[in-house]
Amino acid sequence: MRRLLELVLISTLAMSIAACSGIKKKDDDAEAAAEGTTTEASMLDDGSEASLEQRVIYFEFNSSVVKSEYQDVLAAHAEYIAGHPDLAVVLEGHADERGTREYNIALGERRAKAVQQLLTLQGVAQNQLQVISFGEERPVALGHDESAWSLNRRVELLYSGE
Amino acid sequence: MLLIKKITTAVLFCFLVSKAYATLTIDITQGVEGALPIAIVPFVWEGKDELPEDVTAVIRADLQRSGRFAPVADEDLVDRPTVGSQVNFQTWRVLNVDNLVVGKISLLKDGNYQVQFQLFDIYKATQLAGYSIKSSKKGLRRTAHRISDIIYESLMGVRGAFDTKIAYITVIQKGESKTKLYKLAVADSDGHNERIIYSSIQPILSPSWSPDGRHLAYVAYTRGRPELYIQNVKTRRTKRIASYQGLNNAPAWSPNGEKLALTLSKDGNPEIYILDVKSNKLTRVTRNYAIDTEPAWLPNGKGLVFTSDRGGGPQLYQVDLGRRGAKGKLKRLTYEGSYNARASVSPDGKKVVMVHRVDGAFHIGVLDLKTEHLTVLTDSNLDESPSFAPNGSMIIYATEYDDKGVLSAVSVDGRAKQRLSFQQGDVREPAWSPFKAR
Repeated sequence: MRRLLELVLISTLAMSIAACSGIKKKDDDAEAAAEGTTTEASMLDDGSEASLEQRVIYFEFNSSVVKSEYQDVLAAHAEYIAGHPDLAVVLEGHADERGTREYNIALGERRAKAVQQLLTLQGVAQNQLQVISFGEERPVALGHDESAWSLNRRVELLYSGE
Repeated sequence: MLLIKKITTAVLFCFLVSKAYATLTIDITQGVEGALPIAIVPFVWEGKDELPEDVTAVIRADLQRSGRFAPVADEDLVDRPTVGSQVNFQTWRVLNVDNLVVGKISLLKDGNYQVQFQLFDIYKATQLAGYSIKSSKKGLRRTAHRISDIIYESLMGVRGAFDTKIAYITVIQKGESKTKLYKLAVADSDGHNERIIYSSIQPILSPSWSPDGRHLAYVAYTRGRPELYIQNVKTRRTKRIASYQGLNNAPAWSPNGEKLALTLSKDGNPEIYILDVKSNKLTRVTRNYAIDTEPAWLPNGKGLVFTSDRGGGPQLYQVDLGRRGAKGKLKRLTYEGSYNARASVSPDGKKVVMVHRVDGAFHIGVLDLKTEHLTVLTDSNLDESPSFAPNGSMIIYATEYDDKGVLSAVSVDGRAKQRLSFQQGDVREPAWSPFKAR
C-alpha cells in the first residue's frame, strides 16, 4: 500500500514537473501545482498522505505564524521531502494587496521562511528548499475583500527536480 | 486638509500621447481656493503651417495642475497683446488678474523655432521675466514646460518641476492568459511622451532615480527571483548590481549618486545595506530579527528613513549613518496608526510622506519632522508609493480608481489633487525624477 501511494505521489509530481518544464513559464507554476492538488487528492485514502496533496498554507494579515491546523500537512511534507533527498522544493511566499509592495515582499519571504524552518526542524535538508517571495505581485484571487485577501496570503510548496 | 471642499467641476484635459495606444487623461479632481489668477494670452504663431505643438495650452495645463494658479479661461481674455509694448495694464486690472503672460513663436531659417515670452505683474506694471528660447520642433513641449518653470519660480519663489520626468510601472494582462506584461516606463511630468525602457513577463518593482536623472535602479524578477538592476534611461544599457541569496530589493539612490541603500536578506532576514555603486562594497546598516526595508535617504545623505516592524506592525524609523553603517540610536518617527511604511523624504528634509493606514484603508500621510504632526493627504484607498516632486510642492502616488491602478498627485498641503489615468492596464509605483541640470 505504502509503495503504491508513493508511486501515485511520484506520478503526481512528475505531472506537475512536466507542466512546469513545458512551454509554460514560471508564471504558471502555481496554477500547475494547484491543479495537481485538486485532481490527485481523491486518489488517496490515507489521511496523512492526503495532507501531502495540500500544497498551499494560508496566513493571517501581516502575520507569518504558521497556524496549528497546518502542522500535520507540513509534517507529512517534511517526512516525504526528507525521505527523498533528490527532491527540491521551492517555497513561494505571497501577501495580499494591502500595504506596501516592498514590505509585502519581505512579509512573503518571512512566511516562506517560517514554513522552511518547520520543515528543516523535521529533518529536511536546507539545500532541498528554496525560498522566493513575490509579495503581492501574484494574487490567485482578484477582488478587494477578505475572501480574496485570505487566499492570497499564502506559501506555496512547489515540488521540482528528482 | 480634507476639510477643503471639492470646488471645481472637474476640468478635463485629454491628450493624445505620441504612441496611439497610450491615451492619457488628466483629471483635476480637486482645485484650490485662492489659487493665483493668471492670464496667459495664446502665443502668436508667426509661421505659415500649423504650429506642431500648442505651447500655450501646455503652459496653461502645467500651471493649472500645480494647484497654485488659476489660469483665466481663453474666452475671458479681454485683450490679445503679443509683446510687452502692447500691454495696457489698466484693462487687465479690471479682470482682477495679478499676472499676465504674452508671447510669440516664429520659425527660424534653420527649421528650429524661437519662442519668446514675457511675464508681467499687472498691479506694479512691471515685467518679472522675459526670455527668448530656441527650440527644435521635437523640443517644443519641453520648451513649454521650461517656460512654466520660469513663471512658477518668478511668482512662487520656488523652482518649478514641470520640466521633469516620472518613472512608473505598467502592468497589462496578456489576453485571456494569466500572463502579465510588466513595463518600466519614463514619461514627462504631465504623463506625455511615454517611453518603455524595460519590459518583462516577470514582476518589475521599485524604480529609483539616480540624482543626475540618467539612471534608474529597480527590482526585476527576470531570472525568477528579485534582483537589482541599474539601467541607463537614454542608452537603455542595463547592469545587474545585486543578486545575493534572498531579497535584493527596495533600491534608493544616495543624494550624491555614489551609493544605493537597499534591502538584502542574505543573512537571514531583511536588513538595510548600503552598496557603493563603484566598488560594490556593502555596508550593513540594520541588525534586527524584524523586517527592515524601504530605505529613503535624507537629502543631506547623512541618514535614512526606513520601514521596520520591530515594534510589532510596520512603522518608520530614522537611522544616522557613519562610516561603518548605523551611527547612534535609531529614532522611531511614527506613532500614529498601526501601519506606516514606504517613506519618501521631502527635498528640504523637513517632511516625510508615507503609506498610512486609517480604519483599514491605506492613504498617503505626511509627517512634519519638527512638529511631529501627521496629516492625511488623501481619501482614496490602496494608496501607495508616494514620491516627492524635486521642488517639494507635489507628491505623486499610485492608487486604485475604477478597479484600475492609476497615478495621482496631491499638493503637499493636500489642497490640489489630480489623477493621471492611462487607457490600458494598471499603472503603479511612480517615481518623480530629480531636476534637470540647469
